[in-house]
Amino acid sequence: MAFTINVNGKTQTVDVPGDMPLLWVLRDKLELKGTKFGCGVASCGACTVHIDGAPARSCVTPISSVGAGVVTTIEAVGDSPTGRAVQAAWVEVDVPQCGYCQAGQVMAATALLSTTPKPTDRQIDDAMAGNACRCATYVRIRKAIKTAAGLPTADTREA
Amino acid sequence: MPLDTPFGADNGAPATAPVDASRRTFLKIGAAAGGGLMLSLAACATPTDTDGAATLATAPAAPPAPLEEINAFVAISPTGKIRIMAKNPEIGQGVKTMLPMLIAEELDADWSAVDIEQAMADAALYGTAASGGMQFAGGSRATPSTWLPLRRLGAATRQVLLQAAAQTWGVPVGELTTGPSVVIHAASNRRATYGELATAAAALPAPDDEMMKTVALKDEASFRIIGKSVKQWDTPRIVRGEPMFGIDMVVPGMKYAVFEQCGVWGGKVVSANLDEVKAVPGVVDAFIVRQVGDDLAPLIDGTNLGLLDGVAIVADDWWTAKTAREKVLKVVWDEGASRTDSSAGFDAKAAELAKGAPQSVLNEKGDVAAAMKAAAKTVEASYSYPFLPHATLEPQNCTARINADGTAEFWSTTQLPEPGRGLVAKVLGVEQSAIKIHMIRAGGGFGRRLANDYMAQAAAIAKHSGHPVKLLWTREDDMRHDHYRPGGYHNFKAALDKAGAMTAMTNHFVTFKRGTRPANSAQLSPAEFPAGFIPAHSYGMSMIEFGVPTGPLRAPESNGVCFAYQSFLDEVAHAAGKDPLAFRLELLSAQTEGPAAGGFSAQRMYDVVKLVGERSGWANRTSLPKGTGMGVAFYYSHLGYFAHVAKVKVEPSGQWRVQKVWVVGDIGKHVINPTGAANQAEGSVIDGVGEMLQTITIENGRTKQANFFDMPLIRINQAPDVDVHFHITDNAPTGLGEPALPPAPPAVTNAIFAATGKRIRQLPVVTSSLRWT
Ligand code: FES
Ligand code: FES
Repeated sequence: MAFTINVNGKTQTVDVPGDMPLLWVLRDKLELKGTKFGCGVASCGACTVHIDGAPARSCVTPISSVGAGVVTTIEAVGDSPTGRAVQAAWVEVDVPQCGYCQAGQVMAATALLSTTPKPTDRQIDDAMAGNACRCATYVRIRKAIKTAAGLPTADTREA
Repeated sequence: MPLDTPFGADNGAPATAPVDASRRTFLKIGAAAGGGLMLSLAACATPTDTDGAATLATAPAAPPAPLEEINAFVAISPTGKIRIMAKNPEIGQGVKTMLPMLIAEELDADWSAVDIEQAMADAALYGTAASGGMQFAGGSRATPSTWLPLRRLGAATRQVLLQAAAQTWGVPVGELTTGPSVVIHAASNRRATYGELATAAAALPAPDDEMMKTVALKDEASFRIIGKSVKQWDTPRIVRGEPMFGIDMVVPGMKYAVFEQCGVWGGKVVSANLDEVKAVPGVVDAFIVRQVGDDLAPLIDGTNLGLLDGVAIVADDWWTAKTAREKVLKVVWDEGASRTDSSAGFDAKAAELAKGAPQSVLNEKGDVAAAMKAAAKTVEASYSYPFLPHATLEPQNCTARINADGTAEFWSTTQLPEPGRGLVAKVLGVEQSAIKIHMIRAGGGFGRRLANDYMAQAAAIAKHSGHPVKLLWTREDDMRHDHYRPGGYHNFKAALDKAGAMTAMTNHFVTFKRGTRPANSAQLSPAEFPAGFIPAHSYGMSMIEFGVPTGPLRAPESNGVCFAYQSFLDEVAHAAGKDPLAFRLELLSAQTEGPAAGGFSAQRMYDVVKLVGERSGWANRTSLPKGTGMGVAFYYSHLGYFAHVAKVKVEPSGQWRVQKVWVVGDIGKHVINPTGAANQAEGSVIDGVGEMLQTITIENGRTKQANFFDMPLIRINQAPDVDVHFHITDNAPTGLGEPALPPAPPAVTNAIFAATGKRIRQLPVVTSSLRWT
């Protein structure tokens, strides 16, 4: 069945079953490979996109539920100043190891900073705990978020 | 101190457009190459359908820059761009950036002009002794094996440029020097850039073996690339979501495949409702794939694995294939001999074996019985740890295409391509020379991708279906068809004399066997510390029969053995009434025999243990509040010396959090890329803490866990802050993918003991057992 969705500012029509998750529409129908598959059950965050600016797990978002929602993926997150700042901080702090989770991390971090421009360590923990990094680059993810926010980068959770 | 771990899990793996190997041999000077072949994947070469290479969606076509190949590793364009090939797979360990740094340093290149391109798997070009040996990612081997060869290669390349300048100017080579990417003749005040010399250099004879051996290397004090932090080459592309991983590969005409395997490893397909599956709209084909090889053991043990029975579903898109599998496919299996295996059964068997004498003796020295008898105090404890998965975040996948000319091409995230080549050649029944392997960046390795089972499956599916296919596993496939870190059981006893000195130690190690030997990654080193540092010891081993696949997980063997040994030593220290850190230093000072296996230097370890105590404020730990404690552990693996101190806070509820881990490592005289090195150490420590929460449970011969909701990955809120310090010593540089991991779990459990008085002897940690008032 045909669905018309708005992805990265473009209106696109795909003919797929209504239960096909947005993740697979993006990856295999629209050839947007940046959004990653890690678990398929909303347990890892690798597939994080924004729908109307809020983080969403595209692996459990049926295409039929997207409707008029504005979908933003990693390929276009840099179009917003916050997304661009997050990407720049990720490079500056040299966050990735394998890099596979990082699209999801960047999307989650951008969503966090859009609503909470100066997050505390606790707010970072809460917003980012759904995004697993198997390479465990968490020290740098924290640092990069604070760098993008213009905050001092030391981990203050102990205090 | 692992006994025999040639392939652990660094991270790492890459991909490029096809290169015709017949065109040149290693270090043979090539004519101007040019053409799309030289485009890097990162720059998104978009070969057209006509050349049939894998394309990356959304990649813009870019005109190729002309490049003069100076040798297989280095090409220079007349404009001065320098392309350096990264020879080993990139799995996140940073070699794609780090190995070219070695070449660039001795080439005296301007780093800002360097482009890095992933090499193909091509043993003749990139896997030679002169370039540091086989192309693989494992065992933290990249640094020690390439440190000299790749620098020599860079230096020899520089020599060719010097010769080109000498010829052009008619001056002796000896009068020439270089600066970043320029050759200088000071006497005549002439300069030529590498770009200006590239065409002349490409026409010169290749440096011969003799030159490679004798070429002068830089004075290490003048390094300007090695030792400076260089950000990971692909990071800008990663944060933009550019396609670069195995899962992102697209081949023209490609179909998508899923593969259903038997939950019990080695089970055989009796029947499957293939016609019903084929009737699903969008499904292209469904068929049974048969095991290749009669002997199951090598197919589930070791670093290659093989092809087991399964049912393939090929469809127009992956979601359709997966849905058809879940909703329609029914397979009748003959589950085979190991269907009664269970973790509970293994535990019971281990307990039973521990009561008897070890089946074999691994290493014995001194009079243990006399020391036990004379002891002022003895300490006895049993430790165990479970099976663990690799759980790379990118599930296993492989894209395969059988070409009309009988050759076959693979886009694979393998850590170990050459055995993969052998495996798929066998599955396809073709010569190995007919196989081309593109090494694609992997979303994590940790040892999982040393095995090439997914390549074998993709080969069989592509061949049978007649289509190029991308095989992609679900997370559940990945969790249930891993080759696991084997569990292990250590039954210790130690003797202390009146002064609190350790006089003897025994361990009855219970492990798992394949055939008559310990299974892959299930061994214990006979030289395990403190053997050779106490007057008497005896290590014995018993083995349990099982049918679970096992293989190396990051810091194989060390990752479990270190927890057991460094925890038990902590118990002994407390029994002796000694400071656990001082007790370790005492032991390290008491070496009773020559250098231990693997060249272990007690002095180097002594120094990092002492230093981590200083950096962490160990001496002040007694002033920590109740419920907060510090623990120490050290380990030598993959030629690296690491000591960690962990600070842990345990709430009265038992909730615990590692607040900080201080790491001191000695990996020799140069830390080649400091930012990459620190990232590896930080990740290893947090990975080690994460493993304390994980388990793979075997029930009815299969894996119980399915996904990250029942096999958790550590998260940012659980991850400690990590302080990494490299202690520079006058030793050859060594690798870093693994050795910072093993001390993390015991440093944490020792800290939990300091905080609560509760000794954790079994992993995973059970939070409810840590309650205190
Ligand atoms: S793939 Fe969607 S949360 Fe893991
Ligand atoms: S960088 Fe590898 S999973 Fe995060």
